[in-house]
Amino acid sequence: MEGQKVKKKIKEIRFDMDKCNGCRCCEIVCSQVHANPKYSSVNPAKSRIRVIIDEFADNYVAIRAGQYTEAECNARNSFTIRGREFGTCEFCPAACPSRDAFKDPESGLPFKCDACEGEDSDIPMCVKECHSGALTYIEREVEVEPHTTDELQVSVATLLKRHGLEKVVDTIAKVAKEL
Amino acid sequence: MRYGETGYFLEIDLSTGNIEKVESDPRWLELYVGGQGSADRILWDRVPPEVEPFSPDNLLIFSAGLFCGTPIPGANRTIVNTFSPQTNLHAHTMMGSYFAPEMKFAGYDKIIIKGKADKLVYIYICDDKVEIRDASHLKGLGTYDTQEVLKKELGHRFQIAAIGPAGENRVFYASIDHSHASAARGAGAVMGDKRVKAIAIKGTKDLYVANPQKAFELGNRLRKEIAENPHVGDWMAVDEDDSFHHDNFAWGNARVRRKGYWTPEIEERFTRIKYDHLDRQTGCFNCPKRCHNVISWPGRKRFSYKCFGKDTYHMAAFQELDFSYDILGVAQNLGLDSYTTPQVIAFALELYEAGILTDNDLPGMPNDIKGRFFYFLDKIVKREGIGDILADGVYWAARKIGKGAEAFDHNTTKKFEQVPIKLGKLNPPYFLMIATGEKMNITQIEGSFPQDPLPTREEREEFVRGWIAAKDERFKKWFLEWEKREMVTIEMACAITEWNEAMHYIDDATGLCGFVSSFRGQFGGRTVYHIHNIPEFITVITGVEFDEEKLWTVYKRNRNLVRALNVRRGMRREDEKPPEDHWAVRNHEYEQILLDCYYEYQGWTKQGIPTVETLKKLDLDFVAEDFLKRGILTGNDEVPNVYEKYKDKYPWGI
Ligand code: SF4
Ligand code: SF4
Repeated sequence: MEGQKVKKKIKEIRFDMDKCNGCRCCEIVCSQVHANPKYSSVNPAKSRIRVIIDEFADNYVAIRAGQYTEAECNARNSFTIRGREFGTCEFCPAACPSRDAFKDPESGLPFKCDACEGEDSDIPMCVKECHSGALTYIEREVEVEPHTTDELQVSVATLLKRHGLEKVVDTIAKVAKEL
Repeated sequence: MRYGETGYFLEIDLSTGNIEKVESDPRWLELYVGGQGSADRILWDRVPPEVEPFSPDNLLIFSAGLFCGTPIPGANRTIVNTFSPQTNLHAHTMMGSYFAPEMKFAGYDKIIIKGKADKLVYIYICDDKVEIRDASHLKGLGTYDTQEVLKKELGHRFQIAAIGPAGENRVFYASIDHSHASAARGAGAVMGDKRVKAIAIKGTKDLYVANPQKAFELGNRLRKEIAENPHVGDWMAVDEDDSFHHDNFAWGNARVRRKGYWTPEIEERFTRIKYDHLDRQTGCFNCPKRCHNVISWPGRKRFSYKCFGKDTYHMAAFQELDFSYDILGVAQNLGLDSYTTPQVIAFALELYEAGILTDNDLPGMPNDIKGRFFYFLDKIVKREGIGDILADGVYWAARKIGKGAEAFDHNTTKKFEQVPIKLGKLNPPYFLMIATGEKMNITQIEGSFPQDPLPTREEREEFVRGWIAAKDERFKKWFLEWEKREMVTIEMACAITEWNEAMHYIDDATGLCGFVSSFRGQFGGRTVYHIHNIPEFITVITGVEFDEEKLWTVYKRNRNLVRALNVRRGMRREDEKPPEDHWAVRNHEYEQILLDCYYEYQGWTKQGIPTVETLKKLDLDFVAEDFLKRGILTGNDEVPNVYEKYKDKYPWGI
């Protein structure tokens, strides 16, 4: 049965590597916005956006901190761009156990880009302070099926299909006890 | 808590292996601001004049300017100071890109290197972890190669400053290269002498500001201003008309001026060569401009250049842009400064033509001019045969070669190669800037007052109307009435020289780039930073009250400290002269009066030595005491006492 469609706002930060001049203003303002107290310091290592700069191969890639993940990937791939090899990890937005990217250098706690929620600005600050046009921001409204927005439902349905109801219930009970 | 600065210096003694993190004196912020200012205080305190540049007791100091790493955009200069083997005087050089901010994030305002390692090393710095590491695997590698190898080993977040084989072999004009930036004027040779191949640094610490809200708004506002203002940054990165250098600067060994060289055909050809090979234009840390042109040339390493950097080789060799592009990546990777190197090679080729150098001196030299330039690069970097002599620069090479070679050394001042410019009539402020400047290159001295008058009164009025940067009303009045380049009174010449220099001294303390500040006012007069707004920005960042007068006193203090360092090493009036043929029409009698007047204007004696009174006014009592003890001053020393008499005079005979 079709549910009624709902509207969802999608925030998208786009990066055009050809336009980047390597100024790292995006890192600077991001770290200011997320400093404690607010704006009190600059520290690119605490920025939720990092620009990977390899000036000798002319590669410029901005990566934004995504979800925190508890486990590291079990397989990796690599990319060769303009003759330079990069591991997946370098372009990965996740804060994960295998590395210190997107983690607070002092506490080790993970960072996640919040698109400057609560900032007095209609667009994220990294985009606003990118005068090269490398970072742009789009907000669009999309209509989605309501149930698809519940990630847990999707996950549970997948588990049931794969393992059957009994095994899933047993496992949940067992894991819950161990917690 | 310290704001804007970290409050710590990193002290590294290569001879003993001792590494210390030392808290700096908080009062130095008000006295010197930072950057070169406080570096020179350290040189004064710790390097007596007997110390040879290649002595383990010489210091090599990397300073991050006060604003570096703070929200203030366009501030990213690493200033390197030491004593230069070429001049035996104070060495000033600096580079942009990312190194200085990274120093701050690692927790250091300065890296002070002393002693000498017994084998090639690199310095590893990751926040508080500092190590002197073996660099035998980097031996002989180029500046770019070294950065690539270390980034691969340590990770791409490390910022690396490296010397190439030229620095390892102590070529006097070897450069220190980092990312798309480069610093030379003696520092690369001293780094090589200390056997430091590279410094690799990464920092993850907070750099605090005193007034967070204001600093945030200020940074964002200034960034927008810089981005939108066409009068800051390097206009040559976007304007393809380079008649300025090609028609006005001298080709070869600073010999030939080719007026009318630049034509639409040349412009079209050069533009095509550039854009066919341009990968990207980049900026420095926290700056929206794009001054570095990044070029890929077939068969060569990717390289970048700024401004006049693209012209020096082909103008020295009477070639075209393709030649510069072919040689720049090679020369910069070798770690050779692209201002001095082409002049040294052009000088050697003149000696060859004059029969002073012969085929015996130049075994295996190719017949074509391009091949010859590469031949000399190789000899100089290896210090092989004639290269060993040329590696000391034109002044010393001329004296070692003898047989009349001295006459071909026609473009040095204080033993240092000057920008190749040969002009018609004596220009009073330029006479003073070249003669008395101690940063050795005119681009580090000129910059706030326009180089030339505007043709009509209306244009001048329009210029003055928006000239916020003008130091005071006098400059506006002078500019309005100024019609002919050399028609400048002595009072004007003194004031212009001082204001131009002052802004560079301020930039070298704050870490601001000359393209948004000190250098850029001379073309367009609309810089983002100037004497009126920098004091307020210091206060926002550091919390220390500053006003114009206080900042001007800091400039005077820092400027006199450099003079004191050089005077103590023997520099006197006789050293203060532009190249004899810099202008075809000179007036030696007038020039000496002009020099007297400027010395007096600065509070210096007839020998160019700051008087006790001048020094005490600037809280440089310790310099005064030292001068008295050494007999450099007697205590009854006077300024020349001629300024009042001559200040309204225009140059004689012009
Ligand atoms: S602000 Fe824009 S141009 Fe600058 S580094 Fe970030 S993405 Fe690149
Ligand atoms: S103006 Fe140019 S050289 Fe100066 S800091 Fe900005 S990008 Fe670098």
